Amino acid sequence: MIKYTLQRIFYMILVFIIIMLMCFVLVRMLPLPVLPPDDPHTQVVEMRREAMGYNEPYLVQFWIYVKGIVTHFDWGISDKLYFGQDVWSIFKEKLPATVIVNLYSILLSIPIGIFFGILAALKKNTWVDYTISTLTMVVISVPSFVYAFLIQYLLCYRLQLFPFVMESGTDWLSPSMLRSMAPAVLALSFGVIAGFTRTTRAELTEVLTSDYMLLARVKGLTVTQATVRHAMRNCFVVIVPAIFGEFLGILGGSLIIEKIFGIPGVGSLTLNAINGPDYNLFMLSTAFYTAIGLAAGLVVDISYGFLDPRIRMGAEK
Amino acid sequence: MTDQQTRENYPAVAKEKFQFVSDKEIIFDEVPKTKARGYFGDALLRFQKNRSSVVAAWILLFLVLFALLAPIVSPYSVKDQDKTYTNYPAYIPFFGERGMSLFGGARIYDSQNDASMLFWRGIAEETGKDPVIKTIKTHETPTRRRGEEVTRYTYDIKINAYYALGIVYKVFTYDEFARIEEWQNETGIQVIYPYVYPGDISNIRNNPNLWYQVDEKGVAKLDENGAFIPVYADQKEDEGVPYDSLRIKGDDGSYIYSMKKSGAVQCRVDYYNYYHYLNGREPFYIFGTSAMGMDLFSAIGYGARFSLLFAVLVAAINMAIGILYGSVQGYYGGAVDMVLDRIADILAGMPFIIVATLFQIHLAQKVGVVWSFLFAFVLTGWISIAALTRKQFYRFKSLEFVLAARTLGASDKRLMFKHILPNAAGTLITSCALVIPAVIGSETSLSYLGIVDLSSLTGTTLGTLLSQGSATATTAPHTILWPSIFLGLLMISFNLFGNGLRDAFNPTTRGTDDE
Repeated sequence: MIKYTLQRIFYMILVFIIIMLMCFVLVRMLPLPVLPPDDPHTQVVEMRREAMGYNEPYLVQFWIYVKGIVTHFDWGISDKLYFGQDVWSIFKEKLPATVIVNLYSILLSIPIGIFFGILAALKKNTWVDYTISTLTMVVISVPSFVYAFLIQYLLCYRLQLFPFVMESGTDWLSPSMLRSMAPAVLALSFGVIAGFTRTTRAELTEVLTSDYMLLARVKGLTVTQATVRHAMRNCFVVIVPAIFGEFLGILGGSLIIEKIFGIPGVGSLTLNAINGPDYNLFMLSTAFYTAIGLAAGLVVDISYGFLDPRIRMGAEK
Repeated sequence: MTDQQTRENYPAVAKEKFQFVSDKEIIFDEVPKTKARGYFGDALLRFQKNRSSVVAAWILLFLVLFALLAPIVSPYSVKDQDKTYTNYPAYIPFFGERGMSLFGGARIYDSQNDASMLFWRGIAEETGKDPVIKTIKTHETPTRRRGEEVTRYTYDIKINAYYALGIVYKVFTYDEFARIEEWQNETGIQVIYPYVYPGDISNIRNNPNLWYQVDEKGVAKLDENGAFIPVYADQKEDEGVPYDSLRIKGDDGSYIYSMKKSGAVQCRVDYYNYYHYLNGREPFYIFGTSAMGMDLFSAIGYGARFSLLFAVLVAAINMAIGILYGSVQGYYGGAVDMVLDRIADILAGMPFIIVATLFQIHLAQKVGVVWSFLFAFVLTGWISIAALTRKQFYRFKSLEFVLAARTLGASDKRLMFKHILPNAAGTLITSCALVIPAVIGSETSLSYLGIVDLSSLTGTTLGTLLSQGSATATTAPHTILWPSIFLGLLMISFNLFGNGLRDAFNPTTRGTDDE
């Protein structure tokens, strides 16, 4: 198992480096933004560009870039949006907002999602199941920004329960901050709830009809005992990795929700870096999103192996 | 069973009781009387039993027809963008004239005081079109003013936004002015109204709807009968061009209808009628207008046309690449599979938003926005289909029928595409049906985020409409409502339709939600 894990991690890093190299070359091929001629920063930035090896071949440039990151975690300097500032420190400032909002949303929605999933599976083919399944279907199909608008219009404008955009500042636990975050958290939650409901329902209905459940009942367990002790455990083999994956995914956040509700997070930063364009910032975002995507996949796969010995065996092939 | 046993089991039946069915003629195999049902016929039959999918299919058909027909039925094209009627509510002249709020261009105005009510009355009296549809509620607020108890009234009213616009200032060339005059004479609809000097309306220059005496705040001064006191201009020396057309009531021919303006004339114009003159018809917007002043009804049609076409194109290309790639991967296996799998892994690891952005920056100028966007979708889109194909190939390639075909000397190509692939067709068709909504969803999201702007080429897309609408979601909710409804319905019915297809093609996986 450890060998498999290490293998996967090594492989993930390899993929990550290749992706970064591709994006790096594509970004470096772009024309550089023109610097204002009589700005005191201009000289500094030009010298920096020289140091970054803009006149060298791309592979040498990449080597300089990687060396900077590995030796003193230097991701470069913003040359458009935050003129002359260190990209990583800007990024670090934006991260908490995204993480907090998504964390609240997950803490809210995973229990609800699993609850609805269990309910639907236990009441399979009754109106409860049909209602939950239909709603899940609708929520998953409709793009998240449609109900984000709905929430904004109904709760923020019509009922005036919440402010339109999130408050600035870093006071994450104050009541007014929580209130201003609520619509974004709600909008993010819909999708997560629906996803977990669907996974739980699908998994549990399959487990409930399996032979060992019949055996458990034959042995004399009550429905509740059999469900909680036998069915739920097996069903969590699928759900727990999904939760892990979701937790890693919160770092990425949602670009659209951040734009609609004005969350000063990583998503808005990425959007600004794209529209800027601010290349170093863009590269950092690329690295970030790529790493999260790869790591989430890895965590899901490995946690499957830890939870279910049958899958662990499969790793040998 | 041996003969001995048989005889022991059935001892009672005498040998004479048996008789030949026919001992004279030869019996041939009969041709089956029922019609044979193929794989697809079978799937269709199963699909029809799934009621929700059938409903979804009909809704889908309706939406596609809407996308095809709405731009044809509507008198507006993408280029018809009225710069004045932007974000205006739904309006059909028939309902508007009868003062109905549904399709009557209704907007709700809160707490209008007496002065603003007078203003609406002024528009109604001059243009003959009363903007106030209905007073919803009257508020009474007792206040003290200079030591006296005064009750102030405010009203919540429904306003016909098209009528409420009233008069606007326009500058015309002499030719244009003459043409309008001619049109007025033909139709009897008055576009140009008498000019008013700003000096006579307390130097208010930005409110063309004032034609009566006002104080410096723009509140009407009434005479003793409670009527407006007109202040129309009548200095002949200021007149831009002599006017020979419809005149308003109470005009003895002395009012001037245009104002000199170097090489042109400035006029007060009833915008509703001016629109009628320009377009040859009154405003007619079933869904209202967008932020660009487009007819939302046809704009949704145009946007959806593009989105659907684009999604189908992407799905088709992805299918082609994915099937080819996955077939090779699955059929040959081993080292080939591993190398190809690693390549796919690398591409799959790239976040889509980054891919789309890079393609947009690098290729958009060379090959156009739409094509570069298409490439971005194709670059990562085929991977899931390739994985699916690969799985199906692994499933089927070791089965007996493949072995049999190989023994008979079938080539690799024949084995792959004639023997194995048809077995995977159902699964692949299903995944194709689910790719289309995903593409539409991403396209809309990225348009909304402003990463791609496809509207320059196609006029508009659903994402562009949504992003324009979101800016005014509170004041003009319809601009975001209709595109949202359309998109939501489209996605729901596509997904339901796709699920139905999957159940129909793979009856064994019915009800589970993987893939």
